[in-house]
Amino acid sequence: MSRHRNSAAPRITDAAPVFAALGDPTRARLVARLSTDGPLSISRLSEGAGVTRQAITKHLHAMDKAGLVRGSRHGREQIFELEPRRIEKARRYLDQISADWDSAINRLRSFVETDPPA
Amino acid sequence: MPATAINPMTSTDRIEKTVVLRAPRTRVWRAIANSSEFGQWFRVKFDGDFSVGKTISGKIQIPGFDHVPMEMHIESIEPESYFSYRWHPYAIEAGVDYSKEPTTLVEFRLEDAAEGTRLTILESGFDKIPAGRRAEAFRMNDNGWTSQAKAIEKYVSAS
Repeated sequence: MSRHRNSAAPRITDAAPVFAALGDPTRARLVARLSTDGPLSISRLSEGAGVTRQAITKHLHAMDKAGLVRGSRHGREQIFELEPRRIEKARRYLDQISADWDSAINRLRSFVETDPPA
Repeated sequence: MPATAINPMTSTDRIEKTVVLRAPRTRVWRAIANSSEFGQWFRVKFDGDFSVGKTISGKIQIPGFDHVPMEMHIESIEPESYFSYRWHPYAIEAGVDYSKEPTTLVEFRLEDAAEGTRLTILESGFDKIPAGRRAEAFRMNDNGWTSQAKAIEKYVSAS
């Protein structure tokens, strides 16, 4: 097998690490909040977040960069909303692997359940 | 707008499956820890035995993917109770060197159950897998991984 895909390296770097972006509990909470309440301003998202507004802003910008959320200006306020397509893709990947495990488990089941115990 | 309800924290990092198999623990253990038995239901042919700290290679036995080498690094073998290894999920594109990329950890846990054996499979570490890889895997799936899996399932349950 040849390693002709050296071009893969920059591609991986610039492909946004969606999962890593969600790995942080504050970010996961922001996504959950945006998914239930829809587009929100930074001040609304900072309410009751338990971290500073600056910290929230930093997280949102990182998530924007990762393609998880999209920010837009409305007057003096910056509004963020979910970029569901990106998240959906990441989830579908896990769903697929999950389905593959289900099939493998089905095969394991028929393998051990039909075989007389040794 | 809505829709995408995200379970905070770990939902993106792991897949967990628990099933009860109607077979004794000894039997289930052998099907998992014996590389040739593992290969029979997983559809892969290994070149040796599972041994802690060793990397084992095999060839996937699924039509259309039989060019794909598969490697598992065995982390832990605790007879009849726990087996774990690391691998590259969906490392199925020809010509790509996955060796420098992060792996996921796959764990098999066995417990006695009234009806037989409770098996829990946990695969974790997906948060570290580059997004580009995930997109690629998804494309691969579109190209027939799912239908292959379905075909095999049908074949196995018919035989």
